[in-house]
This record gives sequence, C-alpha cells and structure tokens, in this order.
Amino acid sequence: MEKRYHSVRLEKDLCKGCTNCLRHCPTEAIRVRGGRAHILDTLCIDCGECIRVCDYHAKVAVTDTLEDIRAFKYKIALPAPSLYGQFRGLRKIEYVLEALKRIGFDDVFEVARGADVVTRAIRERLREPNMPRPLISSACPAVVRLIQVRFPELIDHIVDIRQPMEVAASIARAEFCRRTQAAPEEVGCFFITPCPAKMTVIKRPIGQTKSELDGAISMMELYGLLLPHVEKLQGDPDFRLSTGFGVGWATSSGEAIAVCPENSLSVDGIPNVIRVLEEVENGKLNDLVYLECNACMGGCVGGPLAFENSYVARNAIRKLVDAMPRVHPDSDVPPSMLTKYHTKNNAPIQPNDAVRLDDNMAEAMRKMTRMNEIMARLPGYDCGSCGSPTCRTFAEDIVRGHCTEMDCIHVLKEKLKIMAQQMVELAQSKRE
Amino acid sequence: MEALFTTQYPVAKADYVSAGKASQDIKRRLKQLGIGGDVLRRVAVASYEVELNLVIHSEGGTLTLTLYPDCVELNSVDVGPGIADVSMAMREGWSTANDEARALGFGAGMGLPNMKRNADDFSIQSELGKGTVIDMRFHLPGWQGEQT
Repeated sequence: MEKRYHSVRLEKDLCKGCTNCLRHCPTEAIRVRGGRAHILDTLCIDCGECIRVCDYHAKVAVTDTLEDIRAFKYKIALPAPSLYGQFRGLRKIEYVLEALKRIGFDDVFEVARGADVVTRAIRERLREPNMPRPLISSACPAVVRLIQVRFPELIDHIVDIRQPMEVAASIARAEFCRRTQAAPEEVGCFFITPCPAKMTVIKRPIGQTKSELDGAISMMELYGLLLPHVEKLQGDPDFRLSTGFGVGWATSSGEAIAVCPENSLSVDGIPNVIRVLEEVENGKLNDLVYLECNACMGGCVGGPLAFENSYVARNAIRKLVDAMPRVHPDSDVPPSMLTKYHTKNNAPIQPNDAVRLDDNMAEAMRKMTRMNEIMARLPGYDCGSCGSPTCRTFAEDIVRGHCTEMDCIHVLKEKLKIMAQQMVELAQSKRE
Repeated sequence: MEALFTTQYPVAKADYVSAGKASQDIKRRLKQLGIGGDVLRRVAVASYEVELNLVIHSEGGTLTLTLYPDCVELNSVDVGPGIADVSMAMREGWSTANDEARALGFGAGMGLPNMKRNADDFSIQSELGKGTVIDMRFHLPGWQGEQT
C-alpha cells in the first residue's frame, strides 16, 4: 500500500518502547513492536496527542523550516490567529504581522481574514434548506480525519466550505500577484501552524484536489525569532484586515459564536469530541444547527506546536478581540468574495475503511467471532504489555495476523504455570 | 438463516453511568464489519434508544446483537416490570420515566416510536409483572450471502 504522508513521526532512536502513547491515541493507531512504537499509517489522524504525552520526545511533528521558503521568489506568511495569543501583553496584532515581514516574508495575510470569509460562506450555507443537522465544522483537519475513521456516516454533516487557511491563501496569492505582477507559481504561501494536522492536510488535502498552500512552519520554531521584533515594535500601525470574529477562531467557541450564535455547540479535546459525535450518531443532537469541534483543548491555541500555555493564550486572544470594533463578517465581507476566490470543496470526503476486519463481510464476521473467543481468554487489564493499546485491540491484532496470544504476558504466565505443573507431574511419575 | 455472529450485553437498571456503552460497542462492531451508511445510522439510533429504555424503565435486561447474512438483529429482553398498555407506550410523547430519568434529560416519550421508525421490522411483546421483549431487524442491502 502507498505510504501516506504524515507530519507526526517517530524518532526511532529516542523511543524507549514504553506504552505511554498507546492509550492516548484516539484512533488506536499506535502499537509497540520489537521494543519501540509504530504508528499505523492508515489510522493516524495527526492530532498530535502522542507528541504531548511522550516523555522521551520521540514523537515529533515535521513541518517546513524558514529555509524552505527560499525555494520561492516571493514568500507570503499566513499566520493562524492563535499566533497572536503567543505574545504576552501584545497590544497590537500589527506588531506580529510586521515581525513576520522582518524575519523574511515579503507579505503577510491573516488567516483570521480567511476565517471572516469562511464565516460568511458557512452562514450562507446555513440558510439553505435541507442542510443536515447539525452541520459540522471542517476547520480542524484532525477532527475531519477522526470522522473519516470513526464516524464515516457523519461525513455528510461536514460543511463543504474550505478551511480558513485555504481561503486565506487563495486570496493572498491572487491579491499579491495583482499588486506586484508576479506569476502565481513564483509565490510561496506558508501557514504558520499551531498543529501537525494542518501540515498533513496541506500535503494530503481533504475535500479539495490540491492545497492552496505550499507548506507550513511550526509556531514553536518561529516564536523565538519573532519575539525580539514584536517586543521592539512601537507606534500605531493599522494594516490589519480581519474582524474580531475572525481572530476569535483561535479559541474554542470563537467559530461557533461567529457562525451560528443562535444554536451551536463547541466542543474541544479529542475525547470530548468523540463523546459528542457519538451523540450526533445516536440522533440525539438533531435539533442543533452547527457543531464546532476542535481536537485540541481550548481550540487552536492548545495546539501541540503552540508555545504559550493555552490558557494564557486564550486570555490574550480574548483581550485582543475585546479591544477590536465589533464588526461582523456578515457586513464586513463583500458577497463577491465568496465566488471570486475558492471557498467551496471541489472533491468528496471519503470514508476511511481501515477499521474493517476484512473486505469480505462473511470473513469479517468469522474474525469477529474469533476475536470474542480470544477476548474471553485475555485478562482484560488493558496493560499494554503486549504492545496493543487494549485487550480488545490485541485480539483484533491476533485475528489480523499481526501477533499471537502468547504475546500477552499474562496468558504466557498461565501457560508456563501449567507447563511447570506438568513437568513436576512428569518427574514424579518417573520415580515411581 | 444461520447467524454468523452474536454477542450479548447485560444492561443494569438505572445505570446511567454506563448507559450508551452497549450501543457504542454495537456501532463499533458494525463499522469493523464494513456495515455503514443508512443501516449504521438507523442501528445507532435504535440501539441507543433500546439500551436507554432498559436503563430507564426496566428492572434490568439483556441486549443481543445477532448478525445474519442479510440483516442485523437487535433483541432486548428484560425481567420486568412490563408495560400496561403497549399501544399507549408506542405513542410519541408518552412516557412513564421517573423524576431521576427526567432530571437527566430523558423521558421525552420518543424511545419506542424512534425504534419503530428506524427498524425495518419491529415487534414488541409485553406482559405486566413479567417483562418486555423487543425484536428489531435491519436489512442489509446489496449483500446476498457468501462472497468468494
């Protein structure tokens, strides 16, 4: 099978083969085999939960570097609004935008502005009849992949409007080329990202044939470079484009407040997202119009590549938004923008069938029966010693042919006990 | 037709903490078997409703999932108390949920009607003082037995 691109990787040499990451993976995509962790390519959603919990820093997110932008004649930075929350006491968003220019970018375009346009586009969608309820946000790529893997029948609920960074890149490149007469291919658009999932979705888009972005650079990598500039900058520059609603997308509930304050729900943190999606699946949230889901606690400010404590960052964003005029994208974004730039998906979102036991349903049922029989013999400790996250996944790995029952140390111990007993009996029977 | 797979879930009375676990497992299994789309959606709703009915209204019971080549079957058997008037219970909005259940947001009286609406075949038998048996079938489209 073709190897799928993932930003989240394992540093083999650093991995001790402990089982910390196993239990935290929301799609059960990690196994420990041969003394170190392996990420299952088909199940990983790049949420970065394993990066957070690894004590040995063996899980990393691969993003582009500042060196990579040199491949382009013109470089545009597209900062996620969560970047504004990284600088304590930041008075003006413009300082961050200016600092990005000073470290090597020719132009800066706010993804918060992309969020403004997306807000308006989704609100138009919500006015259409027969929309599924609730409509689910497409902004967090880890959540969209989670739905592909664990909730495929909810794919129809995902709004078919592109993510803010995609819309922002589409506008940024077009406007830059119009202003400077540059050719589109000479312009490199780089997202300043708080998470690996965004990097992955640029390389392997969902819902669109090709990403508008050329790469992503980790916030963590740029923070140290930006800080001295941000601290030095003074005065009252005013070239920000976005509304406070767009900036608010940086934190959980910001999107819901912008898109559908009347009847929406915001949920953050993967385990909570799973719980709410279960409710949608059970038909218990059919009266809800819009559902915002963020894989990270607190929203994008809680991303694994964000520098600042997410609670501090959340507060910083709130202060910035409060200081901005309360202009809603409905009145601020001209309707022509929705058609002039790429705002809608141009490819279907496919279900991920990696959870299937077998392509043949009868065979899958046989495997499931075997799984149940194996499960009955396992201790149910979910200790992870076998290298699978739970006894259930271990039974599944056995029927898939990846390991054997004796890989469970508890089953092995029982077996040894019986064998020892038999040896004793054998020895005694000889003496008679 | 011969059952290809079957598994049982004991459901305890008023166990609101575990409520939903059985239907969660049922959904997970169907996905592992490659059963999705409309059938999964309907089984999800009906299995959750029937499980919650056991928690809220029964003295405890068992939910059984059985898979046949052409359908998914859900069967609920409880140990009481039984329903006095089944036709009344099948009406939308009719509920005998107690205050504890209502305080948790249950008891809208949509459980049985929801099951009936989502299942392809639905039957209910109840005897006051004995218990209730619910059988539901969901037809699998496009699958005619063994594939080679």
